[in-house]
Amino acid sequence: MIRFASVFKEYPRTGLALSDVSFTVQKGEFVFLTGPSGAGKSTILKLIYLDEFPSKGDVWIAGARSRQVKRREVPLLRRKLGVVFQDFRLLDDRTVEANVGFALEVTGVPRDRIPPKVSRLLTQVGLASKATAYPRELSGGEQQRVAIARALVNDPMVLVADEPTGNLDERATRSVFQLLRDINALGTAVIMATHDLDVVRRADLRVLEINRGQVAFDSADDSRAGTRDAS
Amino acid sequence: MRLALREVALGMRRAPLLGMLSVTTIAFSLFAFGLFSLVALNIREALRAVESQVEIRAFVADSTSVDDVGRAMEDVATYREVERVEYVSPDQALERARQDLGEFKDVFDSAFLPGSIDIRLRDGFRDPATVKSVADRLRAFPIIEDVRYGEEWVSKLHRIRTVATVAGVTLGLAFAAVAVIVIGATIRMAVLARGPEISIMRMVGATDSFIRRPFLIDGFLKGIAGGLLALLLTWLASVLITRTFIQTEFFDATLAASGVVGGALIGLLGSAFSVNRHLRLVR
Repeated sequence: MIRFASVFKEYPRTGLALSDVSFTVQKGEFVFLTGPSGAGKSTILKLIYLDEFPSKGDVWIAGARSRQVKRREVPLLRRKLGVVFQDFRLLDDRTVEANVGFALEVTGVPRDRIPPKVSRLLTQVGLASKATAYPRELSGGEQQRVAIARALVNDPMVLVADEPTGNLDERATRSVFQLLRDINALGTAVIMATHDLDVVRRADLRVLEINRGQVAFDSADDSRAGTRDAS
Repeated sequence: MRLALREVALGMRRAPLLGMLSVTTIAFSLFAFGLFSLVALNIREALRAVESQVEIRAFVADSTSVDDVGRAMEDVATYREVERVEYVSPDQALERARQDLGEFKDVFDSAFLPGSIDIRLRDGFRDPATVKSVADRLRAFPIIEDVRYGEEWVSKLHRIRTVATVAGVTLGLAFAAVAVIVIGATIRMAVLARGPEISIMRMVGATDSFIRRPFLIDGFLKGIAGGLLALLLTWLASVLITRTFIQTEFFDATLAASGVVGGALIGLLGSAFSVNRHLRLVR
């Protein structure tokens, strides 16, 4: 579903951010992207949601090859993805339901189909009772849940989360992480960049460790190697 | 479209001063253009009135028979440039001279003035080149002794009109460019002010044309509002000038409407140029 094939990414000012990165994420998988700051995690996520394009190599997203994707096709591909950030990026002057509904409106969903969908999504993230609240009236964990609801408006195949628990306390972190697990259990793949090694250790999910722009460790390779060894 | 209009309204509500600044600047740019156009229009109207009096007078030799004059007049009347041909006999010329120069009327006698064929040209054929060409053809008639048409006067009138037109077009373009730049600057501010929304729109897969639409509508509406305000200001200026200085003509409905449409186009163009450039600043 997502495939990086010998991807290099170089920025004009800061130089090489990724060097020969290759990995595949299957449908319905949950993958942690770990590594120190500046390792290249965010660059990988940007390449996935087509905010950046590789300098060399190929990224495949839902069957589309990055070098063949035309600019006008990017929005349509993005509708197959959901993106969540550390800083939530909610619109402060709109209510929770307006924030989620806005994402539906701008992708051309018919007006009569918006309220039931917003209501279903807010129920899914456990915020049905806060529909008319403004973001400033919510806790950090709740704001991140709104951002997750918004990321789910297009029923994405994959949810890309860039340090989604980075601004949250431990309790909110657990709750947001559990929500991401629930979403994953319903069939949406999740790629989560994180610094929080506690969460990673407890979860026993695939880990892709990035260091100095390269894949330093991929637990999927490890387990495959283990399987081969066992056979 | 509904969402785009709502976003425009939201933008105006959030930054009413910025919106008013845009409309006012567009209005004043167009007002300056409108004032100049008003001046140009009135100069043109005045010139047209003066120009309509341009006549070619072909003086007929003394011994010419009435039949020869008649034949020459029939010939001249067939020229496509000619509106009217009239014979002025020596007696009528004397009468006219006496009326024009009242206090010297006694110095004229009938033998003093020759008869003439007076020719008035059609509207659109009163430029110096055409007048000269008709005059030259008249000189070729054997019965015509001399042709007068105020050569210098005709050229001067046309020079004034050309200068007025060139200055009007130049200043008009300059003001239109100023308006486009002003709109571009306000769109830049609006794009940056709406950065978070634009960023989210992009993230959830809104198309570029969808993101651009509210800004284009915004520029278009501000252009119309600026155009209407400019029209009002120009009308007030025209009324004031009429009351205090001189009777002025105001734009007819078509010209007034094209001013507002021009404002809308300037607004739309300014937005289109600016929005493409500045949307790239928002990630």
